[in-house]
Amino acid sequence: MISKKVELLVGFFVALGIAALMFLALNVASSGMSGSGETYNLYAKFQNIGGLKVRSSIKVGGVVIGRVEEIKLDTEDYAPVAKLAIDAKYNNFPDTSSLSILTSGLLGEQYLGLEPGFIDETVGILGEGDFIEDTKSALVLEELIGQFLFSQGNE
Amino acid sequence: MNVDKTDFESPHVELKNVTFSRGERVIYDDISMVFPKGKITAIMGPSGIGKTTLLRLIGGQLYPDSGDIIVAGQNIPQLSRKGLYSAREKMSMLFQSGALFTEMNVFDNVAFPIREHTKLPEDIIRTMVLMKLEAVGLRGAHQLMPNELSGGMARRAALARSIALDPELIMYDEPFVGQDPISMGVLVRLIRNLNTSLNLTSIVVSHDVKEVMGIADYMYIIADKRVIGHGTKEQLLASESPLVQQFLKGLADGPVPFHYPAPSISQDLMQG
Amino acid sequence: MDWIQNLGRNTIERFTAIGRATFMLIGAIVAKPNLVKGFPLFVQQVYVIGVLSLVIIVVSGLFIGMVLALQGYTVLVDYGAEDSLGQMVSLSLLRELGPVVTALLFAGRAGSALTAEIGLMKATEQLTSLEMMAVDPLRRVVAPRFWAGVFSMPILAILFSSVGLLGGHLVGVEWLGVDHGSFWSIMQASVQFEGDILNGIIKSFVFAIVVTWIAIFRGYDAIPTSEGISQATTQTVVQSSLAVLGLDFVLTALMFGG
Repeated sequence: MISKKVELLVGFFVALGIAALMFLALNVASSGMSGSGETYNLYAKFQNIGGLKVRSSIKVGGVVIGRVEEIKLDTEDYAPVAKLAIDAKYNNFPDTSSLSILTSGLLGEQYLGLEPGFIDETVGILGEGDFIEDTKSALVLEELIGQFLFSQGNE
Repeated sequence: MNVDKTDFESPHVELKNVTFSRGERVIYDDISMVFPKGKITAIMGPSGIGKTTLLRLIGGQLYPDSGDIIVAGQNIPQLSRKGLYSAREKMSMLFQSGALFTEMNVFDNVAFPIREHTKLPEDIIRTMVLMKLEAVGLRGAHQLMPNELSGGMARRAALARSIALDPELIMYDEPFVGQDPISMGVLVRLIRNLNTSLNLTSIVVSHDVKEVMGIADYMYIIADKRVIGHGTKEQLLASESPLVQQFLKGLADGPVPFHYPAPSISQDLMQG
Repeated sequence: MDWIQNLGRNTIERFTAIGRATFMLIGAIVAKPNLVKGFPLFVQQVYVIGVLSLVIIVVSGLFIGMVLALQGYTVLVDYGAEDSLGQMVSLSLLRELGPVVTALLFAGRAGSALTAEIGLMKATEQLTSLEMMAVDPLRRVVAPRFWAGVFSMPILAILFSSVGLLGGHLVGVEWLGVDHGSFWSIMQASVQFEGDILNGIIKSFVFAIVVTWIAIFRGYDAIPTSEGISQATTQTVVQSSLAVLGLDFVLTALMFGG
């Protein structure tokens, strides 16, 4: 035997919980690329990926178009290969496009910047499973300093 | 009401050579008892010898080390869980504290077993509950919560709950403890009346000699892990056993010693 | 040699207690549920366990969110990174403080009440009398309370985090003047639904099972005297708090460590 008041309050409690979950899902979490939309995969081989991680974002002119899905090492030449999941909306990047590992701000996270290349008849469009050939590796601070000192010494 | 030989031929409850121990401590050593159908049988004995344990053995809440406990032809310790639950639907127990559910009022407490075990419509349940409450004189109190009842009333409400499903066997655990003389009288009369009107088999566990003598058809006296005497009121009063006499008359010292077993007092005091 | 014997006895006691608790839980949740009779009992317990804990959860959530924003701001402003306040507050709440503080408050508020209630039912012979009425106390008393606890705590944790965020917004944006837009957009860019929100809910679900289980078992297993019940209530709070903090480490390592 439970009273109407108890039923009402329990209903209210559950509704409040659902409302809060909706609030968290819609207002707090990133709603765009959460892996639910249609994507296609591209691959890119780097010499050094620096601090790039799985789920790092891929941006074109600052707009997020996808995320890094997987990073592994090519066992033949021991170079890291990144598997990229690109939003299916953006499906006509030419194969002359270049990819570089950039850093947001001085201390920020590393992300991939995609620079779309030129288009003419000889150039194909990147599709599922293609490799982006033109890649620039991450800047490694120690190497930079080393190069700087070396060039100083040459003068 | 008298008990004759035929009552013992088809007893309702029978304990055969039951031994029960708790850890190292033996509570019952090869005890046998017979509870005739439709009679009030009392179990008496000093406090702390596990009279309540006996009721729990009959109810299947505890299992004996050995021996048979037969209730209405079924051997309780050997029943499956399901069989035990259906056997319990025909028995009922009135607890020392009443054990009313504190979060429900008196009406819902009495209705509880009916709602749990039947699919009767609410209006029939209402009639049944009010009749049971009328029988214990608490119809007017059906809206009260258990904490608003006096001790005697709580025990009567609990009694109404234990007879809600018309059991065949009812066990009373110390029904007279802590009652004032008036509620004691009421309870004695209720137990007697319920027994005759519903033809119940009643087992009363108590150490209130006077009240028990007033209602019981047959009595067992337990002490020191075994039955020390049994019989009708007259048989017991005429008994020559000093143990029985000590218990019935409430003597301080006798075969059951006043002192807890101890080394002699001079020896104990010298050690300090 | 005494301490070895003590160690042995304690170990045996611990393990038999875990065994009894497991049997109790299995008896309660494996038993065939009776939806018609069971559901109203469940709703009643959600009221007692969940709804009545709402006030303490909401108020604590609000204050914790406010304190996080205040503390975070003073650190972040030194690096000129106060725009990331939203990210800091939301991630701390969703991943850690929401589930953990909710579980600790729940253990103190609802867990101790559950232990005391069941312990008292045992002491006043209500559980025995249920058994004698051929009603299984595991199904009638333990099961609805267990499910209600497991159901309520994740909801409470979600509410705690949401209210905490609002508290953080109140202090960070309204009071300390962090930009409203960047507060929310940086938060949105860094919080992921599966990674953070869902994992937080899973954590809270695990805590719910453990805390409710401990609370009910301590009551069910209590020595039926007033002393025994007060001891059992204390044990509920101590053991479930320790269990929550320990499990939190394990879960965090599994979820966010790799």
